[in-house]
Amino acid sequence: MLEPIRYKTTDEVDFVIIGSGAAGGVLAKELSNNGFRVVVLEQGPYLTEADFTHNEVEVLMRNQLTNHPKLQPTTFRKTPQDKAKHHRALVYGRMVGGSSVHFTANYWRFHEIDFVERSKVGPIPDANLVDWPITYADLEPYYTKAEWELGVSGLAGASPFDPPRSKPYPMPPLPVKSGGVIFERAARKLGWHPFPSPMAILSEPRPGRSACVQCGFCESFGCEVGAKSSTLATVIRMAEKTGRCEIRPNCYVHRIETNANGRVIGAAYFDEKRVTHLQKAKAVVVCANGGETPRLLLLSTSKQFPDGLANSSGLVGKYLMLNSGPSAMAVFEHPLNDYKGVAVSRILHDFYELDPQKVGFCGGGGLDARFDMTPINFATSGYDMGGLPPGTPKWGKEFKAALAHNYTRSLEIVAHGTSLPVESNSFSLDPDLKDAWGLPALCMTYKDHPDDLKLGAFLRARILELLEATDAVQKWASPVEEQDFAYHLLGTCRMGNDPKSSIINADHRTHDVKNLFLCDGGSLVTSGRGQPTLTISALAYRAADRITALARKGEI
Amino acid sequence: MNESVSRRRFLSRGAAGLSAVWASAHWPALLAAATHARHAAQAATPAKFEFFTPEEAREIDDITSRIIPSDDTPGAHEAGVVYFIDRGLTTFAVTDQKTYRQGLPELQARVAEMFPRVSKFSALTPDQQDQVLHSFDDSGQQGQRQGRLRSRPGAGSFFETVRQHTVMGFLIDPDFGGNHDGVGWKVIGREREHMFQAPFGYYDKSYPGWESAVKEAEKK
Repeated sequence: MLEPIRYKTTDEVDFVIIGSGAAGGVLAKELSNNGFRVVVLEQGPYLTEADFTHNEVEVLMRNQLTNHPKLQPTTFRKTPQDKAKHHRALVYGRMVGGSSVHFTANYWRFHEIDFVERSKVGPIPDANLVDWPITYADLEPYYTKAEWELGVSGLAGASPFDPPRSKPYPMPPLPVKSGGVIFERAARKLGWHPFPSPMAILSEPRPGRSACVQCGFCESFGCEVGAKSSTLATVIRMAEKTGRCEIRPNCYVHRIETNANGRVIGAAYFDEKRVTHLQKAKAVVVCANGGETPRLLLLSTSKQFPDGLANSSGLVGKYLMLNSGPSAMAVFEHPLNDYKGVAVSRILHDFYELDPQKVGFCGGGGLDARFDMTPINFATSGYDMGGLPPGTPKWGKEFKAALAHNYTRSLEIVAHGTSLPVESNSFSLDPDLKDAWGLPALCMTYKDHPDDLKLGAFLRARILELLEATDAVQKWASPVEEQDFAYHLLGTCRMGNDPKSSIINADHRTHDVKNLFLCDGGSLVTSGRGQPTLTISALAYRAADRITALARKGEI
Repeated sequence: MNESVSRRRFLSRGAAGLSAVWASAHWPALLAAATHARHAAQAATPAKFEFFTPEEAREIDDITSRIIPSDDTPGAHEAGVVYFIDRGLTTFAVTDQKTYRQGLPELQARVAEMFPRVSKFSALTPDQQDQVLHSFDDSGQQGQRQGRLRSRPGAGSFFETVRQHTVMGFLIDPDFGGNHDGVGWKVIGREREHMFQAPFGYYDKSYPGWESAVKEAEKK
């Protein structure tokens, strides 16, 4: 077998890619496959299927696969006028493959509306909603490429609200679960249009990868049989096989270096022993996620770039969008056993595109039927009492009886919706708090736009309407609240044609630095309706094409 | 169910339906995982305690038994939760050592205060034990919510810490040093397998297969 290539830091490779997740993994494969010499710097470890377990304590409580709140603490405030307080504000996958390893694998395309909503609905007070510089049609071939190359299970044409697609899914949907059947029947009673959820999980085996074995440990866990279509299980292996791509784990990049001409010359990182190295490169592509990418740009100040790299607009880190969505739990008479199988088997998009004139707010969303709570999680965490009804005693005979009765009989309905881009919602450098390496910590500033909260109330009412149409014995919903915790890190280095109002152009090139490119959740101009990972990977496939074309023309 | 049997069945069934390519590519990794799991399971019931004295272990065992009591089904005691906590305090929960070191004397003081003739928590009747624990329990205030997921153990009071550790030790995957013999999963109805097949539950048993709403309307 071919040994993966190792470069010296002094080798000036064609591209350094920072981050190996949904975007970085794809770019690594595409660029190395196109003949370029690539080094991927990943801050987390290089784990494989053999390292993944069902150990809830290690994974959920000890952050085995994610950013660690002690090593990389964060702060939070609602508005820029507030003093930020130490608070765990975000979670992301910190390993080769990034969040694509531990995500739930919901894999929705954005719809046409997501790219042109501003033109359709006009300006929104207190938000800076703008159109993308590209349309759904521009991205469609790359959605298809991502679905086929990474492996997505789904049923084309099952939803009347689906945007046009050039090809069906490469494999059939995963089996429906009891929760999905309950959801489907109730939704149809109401005249809605439920359909099999597209999931980045294999329903059929592929070379080197098993089909899903329905073990039920998807969300927050790494897949032990390679069925989840993470970039780790797919494109990263292809990248290494080209013989031109080195995946270098445990490299915490803290600065992008520039020269007197204002060009990027490489990335400086701490290795495992906290020794600094500089990997030289002709160009740098940052795919570190919507939190760490702006942080890295803001850390890379110099005489030429006093406010941070690529930040002449002053907008690096701004327009953070998290996606929003309430949820509700229900208990049924008979066992669903929804702990088996992938988290979600049925969704609906009837409320994806709403008329602001009718509903009184801008935005939309989708609903899913899911059960993603592993046992300890079900018994201890989340709102009120994890998966148990409010008011359940937290210990003793009744607690045990509730666990015994409800674990197999519970279902959650979750809404996923838009977040509007608000300039003051941001990631910035905390002025006081430092991480374990002595670098300024991330500060999250976030206050949901009033329309996002109205959308939340609207979707909450739809969830309860749906549960009314079931035989649920008991149901309860979470309140619609302002958010202070982020799973989806979107919009913080947005794409646009105007250097004054955006960070990167439609080629993902920063307006300010010719050989610096950004591609991750931060690139998104709007939040979509809640499931951004496919769009992030599709953008990465497209970015790779654009960057390759520029490089071949000698324009980088 | 015996741990190694279920693991082995997972391995063989997992590989059976798959391509030879998959099996050969993954066999070393799967063997490594199985070995790892077996070691962990063997360590689930150590002969002696590493952190607690036998007397302390007795007290903790009794507390966990009130948090998840043994009734007509097994509780924390049968799940060996005290062993899980003991091992945890020298591994993943080292930072909670102080909470236990300070909490146990506090517990004893509270027992002496409420039941002057008794010196140990474990010498009380179950009802008396519940009274003592209720006096410690500040869990009326719900823990801080962080998204829809994840608890943040370790910061709370002694009782809250023991409570969370007990739930973990009762419900963790039995491969990882608690939930002895999978009794916690038996109680909540979770089958101890690494792979499942549809139909999964009551409501999908009679599902006729996907039909689009349009087709259904045409039939009518």
